[in-house]
Amino acid sequence: MTEPQPAAETRSEAAPDAADAGTDAVLRASKVTMRFGGLVANRDVDFVIPRRSIVSLIGPNGAGKTTFFNQMTGMLTPTSGDIQLDGTSIVGRTPHEIVELGIGRTFQNIRLFNEMSVLANVMVGRHVRMRASWVGSLLRLPAVRREEEETTERARELLDLVGLSRAYEGEWARNLPYGDQRRLEIARALASDPKLLLLDEPTAGMNPGETAQMTKLIGHLRDQLNLSVLLIEHDMKVVMGVSERITVLDYGEKIAEGTPEEIRSNPRVIEAYLGKQATAS
Amino acid sequence: MLPFLRRAVFIGLVAGLVIAHLSLVGLVVKLDDRDLITRLVSLGVMIPVITAFVAGFLAAAPRRAPETIEPGAATALLSGAVGGLFTGLLVAVMAWLIEAVNVHGVLVNASPLLVKTLHLGLDAVPGSLALVLGSAGLGVLGAAIRVLPASIRRGVLTGLVAVTGLALMQTFVGQILTGLGLKAVNSFLYARDGMTIAGALVALVAFGVSGWAWADRRDDVRQRFRSLGSAQRTSVRLVWLAIAVIILLTPPLYAGSFLSQALDLIGIYILLGLGLNIVVGFAGLLDLGYVAFYAVGAYATAVLTSPVSPFFAPHINFWVAVPIVMAITALIGLTIGAPVLRLRGDYLAIVTLGFGEIARIIFLSDWMTPYVGGAQGILQIPPPQIFGIDLRQPERLYYPILGACIIAAIAAISLARSRVGRAWTAMREDESVAEASGVNTTKYKLLAFSLGATFGGLAGALYAVRIGSVFPQDLNIIVSINALALIILGGIGSIPGVVIGAIVLVGLPEVLREFSEYRLLIYGIVLVAMMLLRPEGLLPNRSRRAELHKGEGEDEEAWDEEVWNRETGAETPEPMIT
Repeated sequence: MTEPQPAAETRSEAAPDAADAGTDAVLRASKVTMRFGGLVANRDVDFVIPRRSIVSLIGPNGAGKTTFFNQMTGMLTPTSGDIQLDGTSIVGRTPHEIVELGIGRTFQNIRLFNEMSVLANVMVGRHVRMRASWVGSLLRLPAVRREEEETTERARELLDLVGLSRAYEGEWARNLPYGDQRRLEIARALASDPKLLLLDEPTAGMNPGETAQMTKLIGHLRDQLNLSVLLIEHDMKVVMGVSERITVLDYGEKIAEGTPEEIRSNPRVIEAYLGKQATAS
Repeated sequence: MLPFLRRAVFIGLVAGLVIAHLSLVGLVVKLDDRDLITRLVSLGVMIPVITAFVAGFLAAAPRRAPETIEPGAATALLSGAVGGLFTGLLVAVMAWLIEAVNVHGVLVNASPLLVKTLHLGLDAVPGSLALVLGSAGLGVLGAAIRVLPASIRRGVLTGLVAVTGLALMQTFVGQILTGLGLKAVNSFLYARDGMTIAGALVALVAFGVSGWAWADRRDDVRQRFRSLGSAQRTSVRLVWLAIAVIILLTPPLYAGSFLSQALDLIGIYILLGLGLNIVVGFAGLLDLGYVAFYAVGAYATAVLTSPVSPFFAPHINFWVAVPIVMAITALIGLTIGAPVLRLRGDYLAIVTLGFGEIARIIFLSDWMTPYVGGAQGILQIPPPQIFGIDLRQPERLYYPILGACIIAAIAAISLARSRVGRAWTAMREDESVAEASGVNTTKYKLLAFSLGATFGGLAGALYAVRIGSVFPQDLNIIVSINALALIILGGIGSIPGVVIGAIVLVGLPEVLREFSEYRLLIYGIVLVAMMLLRPEGLLPNRSRRAELHKGEGEDEEAWDEEVWNRETGAETPEPMIT
């Protein structure tokens, strides 16, 4: 293992891993390290999401998955290392700037705008792609009204896409049943036309039937919208079923990376999940 | 039946205590001088009358817990009678005690005059009997209201409330009628002191019948309106719009100086409310120092336009000054907003509270005295002019205030329904998720602060020309509290709510003037009752109502059931994917 390098140097080089040099990557993280005081939550994580792929990030509890996720969305800034979206570094940018650059996200514990209508929730997601200024809104300029109509139309299309009935569009978000709230959250994230969609445990709390539907939806979205998708997920069935590549974190470090088959048989992964004895026996 | 009666006794005793309290603070005797219906019913007598009536009404209410039980008609009437009876008994006992024991030294208002008023002017024994039996009778009447069919109940209540309102607002209604040239109607309705008996009866019947008719036909009318063609619907709307315009434009012609002054003040508070509503209602930033912007607006106007302002010699025209004042307050909004951006909720409230006080103290300080006159304030602020006409009189100043209110209301509505308003609402709901959904929360907070400040500055400018002078001590925290209270009263985030809230909050004290020193007591009681009975405000937007009444509705149950269905796979709708 290499020593962690000073931030400035790492960022300026930003050299992709030799192994990944050839891939057309939508997101490329190199040597990302995140420290909280003495605690190292992520150490030298290299990570690539190929375009139009579905990649999963897994690991035992406390492995640093959410920390890594938060660095990709701008909630945290890496102590050192660089994260690039399509060649543009997102390190040091605010969350809304990163949304504008093309990363959309959902939350592990659903966080909708509860007291806004379903349609308005999606339209908030469209915010970064709209141009109306406050002056234009105040004066209700024709261009602003046109944009508002287009946004409404687009929001309805997205509700269709994620399988939410249009009958719900005037309902408050918090009145939706659980599974539909998950779908609404995805529709809101999609409204910003992301290149990369980050889903934080999208099937948490779902029954097997709903989980299967959600898995299908994720694949469908990738095909329809030319998206790349990064999943954080605990349900191994979902991970193995939907992912093309899997990255495993343990104690903040990347311990394995590969196709579902490779990960399934990787001794270090089994050790991380089940303890040392499992590999010995 | 027994639980109903037990509750009726309790309600009756509480009502009796209310009357005893209001008697002993002197309200009953004091208001006995003021006749509602001339030489028949005084305002003082109305206190026990209304209380007993309400006691009967409440005693006959359906029981809610553990399950809803509707009382039968007989039970309801009996409960009402018991409620009223106990109200009367308690008051009668109090009256007897006052006569038997001389407590005049301790309780100043426990006078023979009070006893006489409560005994309706009769001797001790017949008076007590009249009091108890009358009270029981009123309780029955109150309960009877419950038993009546809904449309008739609506009619009776409309009639009673209308007559009470007409009698209470004699000065205003009389002024308006005279102003409209309806002197004959005025002298038919009102004697010099209170309504005439004939006038009260006619008003009772007229309002009662129309209330009943409307309750009966309301749905039909709405149905008919919906079935109209779009062209007809537009013309109906135009007629309503025309009526609204006439109602808004004409008051100064007949309202007279005093009422116009009240209207001007209401208008200024509507402006304040609209501005603060952007900050608190839309963006969810609790600002308790809103008076700072009002003060800056007032002072900037004074400095720019007054010929005697100590520092700025050229006194410029009001209409030129207004945009400058608005720009200044917008800037102040930005500068106050910037340092407090990181704060949320309670912390923001406390810091803004501080800013509000700082503004007043700065205007009062020695340091600023050369510029804004310190405690002496700035005088001789000239009134605005239109085509050379001075708008000093309140009747004339009404129009620029009305114009400002309409523009501000339209601006607020346009913003609320736009990308900007959505971003604010999202921020109010969950700031970090709004940021993660692409809303630049820093920018939108500053925008809310400075737009709100601009409205406040405009209100301050109009305030300055209305009074003709500004003093730091008038621009205190009470203004902030009132602006916030009127938003909450009307329904937070709701623009019609701001208008209603301002009318009630600023108009009510004017109406209550004849209650003299009890004015604020009554005002406080009304506010407390309001918030208990309708916490969502008078005209809420729908989401707030849902939030505050969620325990009473079935929203949550429905949700749980749905979740259960899903989790058990009982009902699994197919998404669009194939």
